[in-house]
Amino acid sequence: MSESASAVEPTPGKNVRRTSFNEGTGRLAALLLSPTLIVLLLVIGYPIISALRESLYTSGGIGDDGFVIEGTRFVGLDNFAAIFSGETGDRFWNAFYNTTFFTVTCVVLETLLGVLMAMVMHKAFKGRAIVRASILIPWAIPTVVSALLWKWMFQADGIANAVLGTQILWSTEGWQSVLSVIVADTWKTAPFIGLLVLAGLQTIPDEVYEAAKVDGASPWKTFTRITLPLVKPALLVAVLFRILDTLRIFDLPYVLVGPNKESVETLSILAFLEANQTRYGPAAAYATLLFVYIVVVAYVFVRLLGADVIGDARASKPKKNGKSKDNQLPPGTAAATASGSLAAGGGGL
Amino acid sequence: MRFERSHTRKAVALAVVSSLVLFTAACGGGDDGSKGNTGSAGGALEGRGPIKFATGKDTSGNLTSQVAAWNSQHPDEKVEITELPESADQQRNQLISNAQIKSTEFSVLNLDVVWTAEFAANRWVTQLPEDQFPDLGKLLPSTVATGKYRDKLYAVPVTSDGGLLYYRKDLLDKAGLKPPTTWPEMIAACAKVKALPEGKAINCYAGQFEKYEGLTVNFSEAVNSAGGVVVGDDGKPNVDTPEALAGLTALAEGFKTGFIPKAAITYTEEPGRRAFQDGNLLFHRNWPYVYALANKTDGSSKIAGKFGVAPLPGLNGPGVSTLGGHNYAISEFTPNKATAADFIKFMSSEERQKANVEKTSQAPTWASLYDDAALNKQFPYLAPLKASIGSAKSRPQVVKYGDVTTAIQDAAYNTLKPNGTDPKTALKDLQTKLSSLITQ
Repeated sequence: MSESASAVEPTPGKNVRRTSFNEGTGRLAALLLSPTLIVLLLVIGYPIISALRESLYTSGGIGDDGFVIEGTRFVGLDNFAAIFSGETGDRFWNAFYNTTFFTVTCVVLETLLGVLMAMVMHKAFKGRAIVRASILIPWAIPTVVSALLWKWMFQADGIANAVLGTQILWSTEGWQSVLSVIVADTWKTAPFIGLLVLAGLQTIPDEVYEAAKVDGASPWKTFTRITLPLVKPALLVAVLFRILDTLRIFDLPYVLVGPNKESVETLSILAFLEANQTRYGPAAAYATLLFVYIVVVAYVFVRLLGADVIGDARASKPKKNGKSKDNQLPPGTAAATASGSLAAGGGGL
Repeated sequence: MRFERSHTRKAVALAVVSSLVLFTAACGGGDDGSKGNTGSAGGALEGRGPIKFATGKDTSGNLTSQVAAWNSQHPDEKVEITELPESADQQRNQLISNAQIKSTEFSVLNLDVVWTAEFAANRWVTQLPEDQFPDLGKLLPSTVATGKYRDKLYAVPVTSDGGLLYYRKDLLDKAGLKPPTTWPEMIAACAKVKALPEGKAINCYAGQFEKYEGLTVNFSEAVNSAGGVVVGDDGKPNVDTPEALAGLTALAEGFKTGFIPKAAITYTEEPGRRAFQDGNLLFHRNWPYVYALANKTDGSSKIAGKFGVAPLPGLNGPGVSTLGGHNYAISEFTPNKATAADFIKFMSSEERQKANVEKTSQAPTWASLYDDAALNKQFPYLAPLKASIGSAKSRPQVVKYGDVTTAIQDAAYNTLKPNGTDPKTALKDLQTKLSSLITQ
């Protein structure tokens, strides 16, 4: 509580010149916001700062008496320097490449399939409820469980080989393990995009389609000229979430293929493995690098495509000024979204 | 509107900044309390009272009755079982988290044999005075060695484990063969069985070759069984030797010639066991737990009553198993160390171990139990198991065991996988890596 008081009090003093109306509203707004802000600081701000701090320290080392030297030592940016040097550097860049590759491939596939699923779910036909439910099942299954399911199917004597009539050893290094992760991830999360796009589709009024029909537009034209532009805001948010999510992919490669497999090693896995060896400094450094990477990707995505993540920018301004500065998201939004997703991921670790 | 907005933003920014300052101050001050020295003298084990026993999920189902036996005799020093997850990695993580905050929650820790060095070197477990554990001499010496770090005792072995060679007795009998004692014998035996009409489709041999702890076990067995070492008696790694090369080459050749089926590179214990139970393997290296499962007559095993067990074959003589098992240690931070020590003595006693093996078939560490006639009748694999554990080598006892086992897995896996690297190069690289990791 003391934090909220100290956080709010200084503001009125600084804004004495403002009219009383604005001052009162501002103070009220700050007061009303402060509980949320404090919760955000606790669950997002504190972990980030704590991780940043941790990444500058190291611990361990064995003394001559055979015991581990106690306490942590400040090492500055040494943990980061170590990540980029020598064999560790190769490993890092391999993981970086894998993370990026998974993100691009999976998100593209998931978007295509997700939109397709949404179109199917949106159509009115007999048994629609069953189709909708079955499409959503993969999304409802926890990732680790689905990883185990797919592991089982991808075993040497599993159903994947039986159906394909092959003898592929899916969990060994190489394209097959990469493919197995992509298949499992797409299977699991395409419904997520489908769900969000479906929500977007349902807001499109029927009149637009009727007008298109009257004008004699082909189904493809209707899709590219009407459906896509109108569903774009929802689609972009879905894709952004998937990008942020896939950048920190961990469970699928770790459980489905296994740790220390070069082909599918991602940045999250590196951070986890370091932490597992009680080297929290380097682990925090990996996590920080991943965090920065996610922030940058999210920022670029939001700037380039103008994804309307929070929705208020559009509400406060008419659509005409779409490209004006105020309509862009403040940079903080991207970071907040990214850190939110990272914090969620951190919980899993 | 504009005024109001910037006003709010300023308030928000200020709130954020001031709270951040508070938080950083708070977290900056929080960590420094851990500098105090808690060196363990390893002398007196004092303090009595109720304690908690942290152990992995009890899959045997017999632990509660073991602990109940203690509790009925010690009403004032009751032991409560705290079950940790089934996965060894998660058990280790939970025990470490508890130790790092110096929690007094757990008193007796059930440690995997490979964790002793790490827990001892971090002062998470108390050094045990050997004179207070007079029964140590009656335990299998190889198992007692796993409880030591730098020649000092930190943990007492309660269960052990060793690799066994499971073989298809029916097929070997038909071919007129005895269980093989060497690798070449095993290869020859398989060729003969494959010549039989029943043995046409069978695969010869498999162990655990997926990239995980089991690979370290199988690699070490191959190296040790060929007369080599991974880490020598002087504590220094020594894998760049002709013996180690012969061991690893035998495995690599096995994969190349098809003696080991290709799918075995994905085998952990369970897929291997299933392959053996389904009658797809002639020889299989696995732990004693397979015996009961493969003998089940409920239809889950196609080979019930058709298989036998033997000690592992070596390259040119008897093989050397890698030692598994669990040791009990006392947390450095528990106030009731005397009770904990008594409880460990109780659990490692002959009476308790016998009761446990009768119910669970877990390998005991008490040497004389292996010669017990009644037990041998109940568990026909005890004799080969005693030979296996008696000559078994433990995995490297080093503080950074996690890094060491990863390095070993890297080297072994890269050699054994399809189109793998040449064993000689792999061992040379492994020697370099291990030398930098093990600097004691």
